[in-house]
Amino acid sequence: MTISREEVAHLARLSRLAVTEQELDRFAGQLDVILQAVARVGEVAADDIPPTSHAVPLTNVYRDDVPTPCLTQEEALSGAPDAFEGRFRVPRILDEED
Amino acid sequence: MTTTALPSYEDAIARFEPVIGLETHVELGTRTKMFCGCRTEFGAEPNTQVCPVCLGLPGAIPVANRAAIEATIRIGLALNCDIASWCRMARKNYFYPDMPKNFQTSQYDEPLCTDGYVDVELDGTTYRIGIERVHLEEDTGKSLHVGGATGRIQGATESLVDYNRAGIPLVEIVTKPVPGLGALAPEIARAYVTELRDIVRSLGVSDVRMEQGSLRCDVNTSLNLPGAEWGTRTETKNVNSLRSVERAVRSEIIRQSSVLDEGGRIIQETRHFHEDRGNTSPGRSKEEATDYRYFPEPDLVPIAPDPAWVEELRAALPERPSSKRARLAEAWGISATDMQSVANAGALELIEETIAAGASPAGARKWWMGELARRANELAVDLSEVGATPAQVAALQKLVDDGKLNDKLARQVLEGVVAGEGDPAEVMTARGLEVVSDTGALTAAVDEAIAANPDVAAKIRDGKVAAAGALVGAVMKTTRGQADAKTVRELILERLGV
Repeated sequence: MTISREEVAHLARLSRLAVTEQELDRFAGQLDVILQAVARVGEVAADDIPPTSHAVPLTNVYRDDVPTPCLTQEEALSGAPDAFEGRFRVPRILDEED
Repeated sequence: MTTTALPSYEDAIARFEPVIGLETHVELGTRTKMFCGCRTEFGAEPNTQVCPVCLGLPGAIPVANRAAIEATIRIGLALNCDIASWCRMARKNYFYPDMPKNFQTSQYDEPLCTDGYVDVELDGTTYRIGIERVHLEEDTGKSLHVGGATGRIQGATESLVDYNRAGIPLVEIVTKPVPGLGALAPEIARAYVTELRDIVRSLGVSDVRMEQGSLRCDVNTSLNLPGAEWGTRTETKNVNSLRSVERAVRSEIIRQSSVLDEGGRIIQETRHFHEDRGNTSPGRSKEEATDYRYFPEPDLVPIAPDPAWVEELRAALPERPSSKRARLAEAWGISATDMQSVANAGALELIEETIAAGASPAGARKWWMGELARRANELAVDLSEVGATPAQVAALQKLVDDGKLNDKLARQVLEGVVAGEGDPAEVMTARGLEVVSDTGALTAAVDEAIAANPDVAAKIRDGKVAAAGALVGAVMKTTRGQADAKTVRELILERLGV
């Protein structure tokens, strides 16, 4: 195994996902398959091959600093589960401060 | 919480050596956001400057704002940094509703600018503060915590989020650790942020206003015994004014020395500065850096600034604020200390423009640093927003120089200008404040004063010219201050044949 159950539990906590004990085992196994597949690619890469982060050989793709139309407040909030006075309403986030 | 009294700052600094570091965030003044064309106007209705990109909606693709890249490179150059020939943006993953994407697009191990310095002057000595890195990222949304009593997250039941600010380009400037400042550490920290603010302002890339949050500062502080290794540092947030920068370092030095004195150890943590109490309290415990799971942003291609472009930007950098201050102090004939006050009051450009509009350096400085500074202070606004323009101040000073207004009347005219009643000449006419230059009317007032004060008149005739002051006062009273004292005095002596 290249990823432990504990690591999966840690990632689940960071992502605020409630993962059951059984799921931890299942996901650890699934993630392990993915990581092993990626590791095999790594085996092929020699020292003279730099890591690739982008599939296209492009640099410096920019836009000019010119405003484009925004969504209206109504449109912006239309997909939100809850809103109040023009703002997204979300549950209090625990464990982040104090 | 310790119950024993805290040591004095002098006590603390006599035994421990501080090391400080500053992380400063500058919100760029671009018209649009970092990765989308949404406007960035301050104070807009909530969630009206948002789009699928900055709301993190599925399928939205970011494209970097060229002006933000350029501004960051210019800041880097002004801070004597090396500019990366190739670098990438990175995702900083975290779960918090201030970023709807669940990550902040930032830079990690490939900042755009590295290894620079800022020279900071304090009381005639120059201190070189090393710059570790300058990188580009995006600002977060603003959360309003409701349901609690304090507006803080403790006790709150929910948060209301406005994403207008999410995605505005933000430049983070990180110093190297600065040891060896001793007791001056708090003052130099403040001087550094002041200098940084002036440099960024001179580039015209941000309005760098701490009270509006376009300049924010986190202060790292640690203490060690002389000769020992550096101590554990704390990071103080919520430092929202230049004065607070100094106070935050000072209070952390005192607090940490007290902990160390009692045999305790400093915990690496984030602390909040409280403006009202002038001290810090613990904040959330810092997540380990690896918890952010940084990785190169796949939706944005690498940034590879053309060296020729970088050189063009370098050549076009404006005069360094410190050199400009030195040059203008000499031109205006004022001391370095007076020039520092001018700069701190935000009056430098205003005075410069007033002089360009025709006023003398002394005249321009007098109004901006006197009446107008006082007024701005009363209104709690920036001097540039006090309601008078450099052209108006120059026009006012010209009316004084031409003898149409005396000092007292000029103040009243300025009051009208600030109140939006028009240009100085208009206010003067509308309020009837012009100096009485009609010799007939003035002579009548002088004759009246002489007739009413025969004893004084007799003294003057006997050669006691100094007594004329009493008659000048009487004339000024009848003309309600609208006469030129010097002219009145000459007229009195003339009428009395002295």
